[in-house]
Amino acid sequence: MSAPFGALLGRDIRLAYRRRGELAMPAIFFVLVTALFPLGLSPQPELLRSVGPGVVWVAALLAGLIGQQTLFKGDFDDGSLEQLTLCPMPLELVALARVASHWLTTGLPIVLLSPLMGLLMDYPGEAMGTLALSLFLGTAILSLLGAVGAALTVGLRQSGMLMPVLVLPLAVPVLIFGAQAAAQAARAEDPAGALYLLGAMMVLGISLAPFAIAAAVRVSLES
Amino acid sequence: MSSEFEARGIGLWRGDRCLCRELSFDLGSGTILQLAGPNGVGKTSLIRTLAGIGRLDEGKVLWNGEDARRSAAYLSELIYIGHHNGLKAHLTPEENYAFYRTIAHRPTEVSAEQALMRCGIAGFKDRPVALLSMGQKRRAALARLLAARARLWLLDEPLASLDNDGVELVAGLLKTHVSAGGMAILVTHQPIAIAGVKLRQLELGQTA
Repeated sequence: MSAPFGALLGRDIRLAYRRRGELAMPAIFFVLVTALFPLGLSPQPELLRSVGPGVVWVAALLAGLIGQQTLFKGDFDDGSLEQLTLCPMPLELVALARVASHWLTTGLPIVLLSPLMGLLMDYPGEAMGTLALSLFLGTAILSLLGAVGAALTVGLRQSGMLMPVLVLPLAVPVLIFGAQAAAQAARAEDPAGALYLLGAMMVLGISLAPFAIAAAVRVSLES
Repeated sequence: MSSEFEARGIGLWRGDRCLCRELSFDLGSGTILQLAGPNGVGKTSLIRTLAGIGRLDEGKVLWNGEDARRSAAYLSELIYIGHHNGLKAHLTPEENYAFYRTIAHRPTEVSAEQALMRCGIAGFKDRPVALLSMGQKRRAALARLLAARARLWLLDEPLASLDNDGVELVAGLLKTHVSAGGMAILVTHQPIAIAGVKLRQLELGQTA
C-alpha cells in the first residue's frame, strides 16, 4: 500500500518541480499581498503591529487558494484521475497523497516565508515561531478544505470562482483561531488555546476530508 | 467455456437520455468483444461504466459471478485505457510507464525500455509527453498494457491516431493477450483483423 502512495507523492513533486515557475506563484502572491498593506494603509509601526497577524493570515489564506483549483483538474483532464480510481490504493489515500503534495509545494513555502512577512509588519521577533506554527497548522487545514472544493468542482466547465466561494466560508474558523494565536503571541499572551483548536481541526480534517474528497471525485467522474 | 465477465441488464442514462437498457452480454477466456455504433450512442459511457468509473443506473456487472463494482478482485484483473491517455504531459513516457507499473495491482517484469521498444517509441522515451505527436502519445498509453498482468482489457478507441504500423501493434498485443487466455472489450470504428481470433460484435443504438 505504501509503494503506490510514495509513487504518487513522488510523481506529483516531480511534476511540481518540472513546472517550478507555476509553483512559485502562491508564494509570490503571498509576499505581494502582504507587502501591499503597509503601502495602502500607512507604515506606522503601531498600526502595522495591530493588523499584522490578520493581514499575514488573510494573505496566506488567499495564496493557498491559488493553484488549489487545479489540484485535480490536470489529472481529470488527461485521464490520470480515472486511472487512479482503478489502482489498488483506496481513493481516500490517493486524495491524501494529492493534498500532501499540494501542501508541500504551496503551504510549506508560505510557512517558511511567514517570518519575513512578519518582519515587514513589525511583528515581534520572539513570537515569530508562533506565527509560523499557526500557519503550519492552518495551511494544512486549508489544503484539505480546498481539496474538497476542488474535487467537487473538477468536472464543471466554468468553475472559475465557484471553488473559492465554496471554500472561503468554511475557512473562517481557521482564520479566526489562526490570527488569534498569532495576535496573542505578539501581545506576549499564551496562544496555546487557539493553537490546540487549530491542531484539533487539522486532525479532524486529515481523518474526514479524504472521504469527502474521494466521494466528490467519484461523483465528478461518473457522468 | 465459463464466462468470467458478465453484464446483466445494463441500463445507462445520461441526463434525460437513455443510452441503453436491458443490455446483457458475457465474455469468456480468449474472446474479444467489439462495441460498435454511431458517434454519440454511448460506447464510451458504457465502457467507462464497465470499468467501474461511469455511473451504472440499472443492472449489474459481474466478475466470476460476483458484483464487480469496486471489487478488488475485479480491479486487479482489469486494465482500462480510456479516451484520454492518462499520461502526464510533463513526464517522459518512461516515467509514466514506471509510475503505472508501480501502482499496478500485479506488475509484470517488463521494463519501461522493453515496453516502449515493443510499442515503437523507444527513441522518445526520455522526452516529455507534451512534445510527442498524438499517435506517439497513444503508443505510450498502450505500453501500459505490458505493465500489469490482467485478464480483462477495456480499450476505448485504441486505434485513435495510430498509423498502419500502430494498428498492427494493437492487433499483435491483443493476439498475445487472447492466446494467453485473456479477454478484451474494444470500442473501435476501424476494422481490426487479429489472426486466429474471432471478434464478436455488439451494435449499440438498436435498443431503446
